[in-house]
Amino acid sequence: MHPAYSVILFTTASGAGYGLLALLGLVGVNHGQASSLAFGLVSMVIALGLITVGLLSSTFHLGHPERAWRAFSQWRSSWLSREGVAAVITYVPALLFGLAWSGLIEAPALIAPLGILSAAMAMVTVFSTGKIYSTLTTIRAWNNPLTVPVYLSFSLATGAALLTAITAVFGNFPGFLVILTCLLLALTIALKLAYWHRIDTAPRDRTIENATGLGSIGRVSQWEVPHTSENYVQKEMGYAVARKHAAKLRRLVVLALVLAIALFLAALLFPIAALPAAALALLAATVERWLFFAEAQHVVTLFYGAKTA
Amino acid sequence: MTSLPPPSAKKLGLVIDLDTCVGCQACATSCKEWNTQGDSGPLNDVNPYGSDPSGTWLNRIHGYEVKEEGQAQSRIVHFPRSCLHCEEPACVTVCPTGASYKRAEDGIVLVNPDTCIGCKLCSWACPYGAREYDQSHGVMKKCTLCVDRIYNENFEPEDRLPACVKACPTGARHFGDLGDPASDVSQLVAARGGYDLLPEMGYKPVNKYLPPRARRDATTTVAETLPKPDGSAFDRLFQWADRLLSPRQATARESEIDHSGKLEG
Repeated sequence: MHPAYSVILFTTASGAGYGLLALLGLVGVNHGQASSLAFGLVSMVIALGLITVGLLSSTFHLGHPERAWRAFSQWRSSWLSREGVAAVITYVPALLFGLAWSGLIEAPALIAPLGILSAAMAMVTVFSTGKIYSTLTTIRAWNNPLTVPVYLSFSLATGAALLTAITAVFGNFPGFLVILTCLLLALTIALKLAYWHRIDTAPRDRTIENATGLGSIGRVSQWEVPHTSENYVQKEMGYAVARKHAAKLRRLVVLALVLAIALFLAALLFPIAALPAAALALLAATVERWLFFAEAQHVVTLFYGAKTA
Repeated sequence: MTSLPPPSAKKLGLVIDLDTCVGCQACATSCKEWNTQGDSGPLNDVNPYGSDPSGTWLNRIHGYEVKEEGQAQSRIVHFPRSCLHCEEPACVTVCPTGASYKRAEDGIVLVNPDTCIGCKLCSWACPYGAREYDQSHGVMKKCTLCVDRIYNENFEPEDRLPACVKACPTGARHFGDLGDPASDVSQLVAARGGYDLLPEMGYKPVNKYLPPRARRDATTTVAETLPKPDGSAFDRLFQWADRLLSPRQATARESEIDHSGKLEG
């Protein structure tokens, strides 16, 4: 699948933003009002900023961004529509939570319920994003029970990495948050390795013979292509450039996440180490998301000469 | 609404005969010509006269080489591919705007170009590559089964057919109601063992493909064998004429003449 940069930016940026929002909601439930107005505002602006930048970038790849509002209408059948609805609804508790938690408005009783609601809606949105991909039976790599858990764990792990980095800057750095971040990053590594193992070992039992139905006659290969130059279906669904470097890029993702864990642990002694650690976690998420697209083979490639899918 | 309507009794679709299709592209060009001015038009072309032309086509003709067990030569099968108007079209249910829909009355799958946002998700959901993005207009295009022809009362009844069916010179494309077991197309599918593409994926395509018929005679793959010379007066006359007409050095001796009938190379 063609890795559209706008979609990669959207899923990594808004994924980290929703993860951060969910954790801030839990911080509010646990500790009440933010330790300072500046900390509360900066964290909320980063969370909602990443979410908003991501959502805006996702409209860039649309043919008609001005009609994007129509995408809220088909939540009964479409996970993309559900994602859009969940993303917009999340703003309501999130903005109110931000006002109450940071202390801009005095409403301590509302912090916990708004925090829970924001965290839940943030995860519902990321869950819907994962579902868009995992429900596509045409793409074997995505149509996989680990796709949604990987989306959720990357969202929470990158969100936790950002929260640790922010607290490091503000000097209110709780040790348990570092441990939580490291555990989430470790969980993410485990889930992603399991995902890769699964897509590598899944049977590739769809063939050009059964796609064309000509297998009863004999072995099938492409003889003549249905165009004079590459067409949309090939450009969008036949992208295969990254597979060449897939093994190296997978190692890069794992290495970046392991280094991030090491730096976060070092941050227990030198808080400033949390900043490069968070950057590494975000880099890993971006490369992982690119691979997620580039490694996925669409079943239509069978009609264009692929032997198996 | 992108939730699917209840299954319709009428299931309009195409039956494509892979035995008679000769890959002439008449259906594809006729489709493009009709639909660029029809309901889903214009169909874009990018750099059409340049070195790297591309554009939106609703029907594309593949060619496959099929190597049969025990046959020296393989067969070529021409394979037209367009929207199959599935009974369970995932391209419709994934659509976030309701622009993609399946008609309750006849099962035709269409895109409303006025509400499509061009998110391309429907093309990801289609296993058959039936949907193509029109980059000039920012919307998705697909086969309409020529909905603007088949019900068009300005046409003579015999012209109320999809443009591809009307254009096919070998009668390899058939249009009709596959929901009616008594229809001509259903009878044809039953008689010829028509099949679905990727049935195991569960989209229940309405369009059917008729498989190529078995090859009549395996010997037709070999050029006719030459008779061995029998030393008759005629043979000697031809050998004398052959020597006379050939340049001196190139005169073939009897032992050099290949009687196997194999083609060169």
